[in-house]
Amino acid sequence: MFFEILIIVFKILLIVIPLLLFIAYLTYFERKVIGAIQLRKGPNVVGPFGLFQPIADGIKLLTKETIFPDNSNKFIFILSPILTFTLALIGWAVIPIDYKLVLADINVGVMYIFAISSLGVYGIIMAGWASNSRYAFLGALRSAAQMISYEVSIGLIIISVLITSGSLNLTEIVMKQQNMWYLIPHFPMFVIFFISTLAETNRAPFDLPEAESELVAGYNVEYSSMSFGLFFLGEYGNMILMSSMSTILFLGGWLPPADINFFQNIPGFIWFLLKVTFLLFLFLWVRATLPRYRYDQLMRLGWKVFLPLSLAWIIITSSVVIYLQN
Amino acid sequence: MKNPRNLMTKIENYSLNFGPQHPAAHGVLRLVLELDGEIVERADPHIGLLHRGTEKLIENKTYVQALPYFDRLDYVSPMCQEHAYALAIEKLLQIDVPKRGQYIRVLFAEITRILNHILNITTFALDVGAMTPFLWLFEDREILMEFYERVSGSRLHSAYFRPGGVHRDIPTGLSDDIEDFCKKFTSHIDDTEKLIEKNRIFRQRSVGIGKISADDALEWGFSGPCIRASGLNWDLRKKQPYDCYNEMDFKVPTGTTGDCFERFLVRVEEMRQSVSIIRQCLKNIPDGPSISNDPRVVPPKREIMKESMESLINHFKLFTEGFHVPAGETYTAVEAPKGEFGVLLISDGTNKPYRCKIRAPGFPFLQATEFLSKGHMLSDLVAIIGSLDIVFGEIDR
Repeated sequence: MFFEILIIVFKILLIVIPLLLFIAYLTYFERKVIGAIQLRKGPNVVGPFGLFQPIADGIKLLTKETIFPDNSNKFIFILSPILTFTLALIGWAVIPIDYKLVLADINVGVMYIFAISSLGVYGIIMAGWASNSRYAFLGALRSAAQMISYEVSIGLIIISVLITSGSLNLTEIVMKQQNMWYLIPHFPMFVIFFISTLAETNRAPFDLPEAESELVAGYNVEYSSMSFGLFFLGEYGNMILMSSMSTILFLGGWLPPADINFFQNIPGFIWFLLKVTFLLFLFLWVRATLPRYRYDQLMRLGWKVFLPLSLAWIIITSSVVIYLQN
Repeated sequence: MKNPRNLMTKIENYSLNFGPQHPAAHGVLRLVLELDGEIVERADPHIGLLHRGTEKLIENKTYVQALPYFDRLDYVSPMCQEHAYALAIEKLLQIDVPKRGQYIRVLFAEITRILNHILNITTFALDVGAMTPFLWLFEDREILMEFYERVSGSRLHSAYFRPGGVHRDIPTGLSDDIEDFCKKFTSHIDDTEKLIEKNRIFRQRSVGIGKISADDALEWGFSGPCIRASGLNWDLRKKQPYDCYNEMDFKVPTGTTGDCFERFLVRVEEMRQSVSIIRQCLKNIPDGPSISNDPRVVPPKREIMKESMESLINHFKLFTEGFHVPAGETYTAVEAPKGEFGVLLISDGTNKPYRCKIRAPGFPFLQATEFLSKGHMLSDLVAIIGSLDIVFGEIDR
């Protein structure tokens, strides 16, 4: 019994530690990519090519003082970053990085991920409420509305994929894509899904909750030190999680892009990593290029464009599936 | 049982203190906002956080000592303000500026215009969330500041335009470098335009936001690009040409609707026109002195001072007592990048101005903030402030 628990803990650490490293180097990657787009160099002072920059940033955040605003609810104030960060991590329990390389290969993996990502909004609402600041409060309200709206269309898109694959298990969804990635039949949905993940993770052009030119930093304006750091890690962890979801649902997970011997020899998790990195690159590219939406425009896009489209796509998908079965 | 009516709480508006420490407040603007959800019901600008008493300080300085204060008003377009002050003194003293001096002034006034518009356009884009143009064009802004430095010795507070002309002639090689810059810069404007002007999100954020009609704009005292965006063709460089602007061939871009997007477009087009004016200046600049030889205001040359006692005395008097300006008053205005920048200079015949009232173009813009932003959303308010081009140095003075 004790031994089994030890193995599970070991497995969790095997996921969490590389994930944290990935998050740290995602910030480095972001700064380098955006720097290149903006004709700058990005971090290049700490270590060779600035590679130690994320570590320096981490140490800086850890050694800073945690400040509690007056009249803040200290319990919730501390709880919310922890919640955000935890939720960003536990989603990884069901993500298959390679064939059968997954912590929990449960048969409702999609539902699990969906539930976890829906809970994410609580961390933000609680942060906005507990910090007792008007900017934070407005940011939290915006983010709650935004995440809920886009979750609806994400859910509907996932349903289209589920209808095609006929399984809720993430490994099986990937294995069904051996002949053709779902990217090809579901291309419009892939685009909408990608845009919705941008909104879901509060990234540009949907970064309204933390719009620095309007709300300064939104819900995390009162946070400092590691409590801010946890929000930050959580946000980037969510980016990676959502990109992995897109990879699994549309880009064939760990499957190589073509059935060539050379491609088959490369281990699956490398393909997975490459696909996720490509999607993350798109996140950063979008951030460097596009202006920010206004609150009502974002809502309009979510409810009046994406929702009807994804609903219509469900009907089309199910009709096609039934037609093919007959 | 309670009356259900009493259970209804009165919903009060949400008041938000926007600034003075706010990244979109463009300096030290403090707005007290009353919000109904996200909709701005009232925007009450508070000013005075950058008040330095410039106008009063000028009264206690000689005419030339007062000149650097003009750099510190609108710190993104310093030379245009020196221009207004220098022109005002020249008008009272009735001195002529040699042609070369006029050309150098116009050249640098237009460089200043580009300098200002780069800041405004890119920070406006930053306010609506696009951060890349800011970093792209600031590279060019840096080059322009180097031109400032090469000509005056300082990047920002140049004190280069003097009564009678400019302090020194431009150094050799500068005109070639400016020509090179013009070549590259036009393509950089095109790149930036491609990136944001055609962007649908950018358009959604700026078209129809902060609209003002030409009549309203006049009522509020608008000038410069903001009034031209409303469709009124009013440019002091054309209507009351000063220095050698009447020899320049340029167009005055105007808009029609007067919203944030048009203000942005007008500024972009003005930058192109400025590049063309700069090119004309460089092509047609005559030889000769860059500052008048009027001994009343211009110190004698150093080599003459070695020979002539009178020149030495003149130099000494100019740098201790300063020059005396005959009694009189003048209102002189120039087309600064932000709009009409005017100086009301009253002289009582002594070596110090009796009164120097400054008309800052940004002040009326700030007044109109509430008019423009009422009923818009919080994000639009940020866009409106960004598009009005407010700098607090000149508003608080």
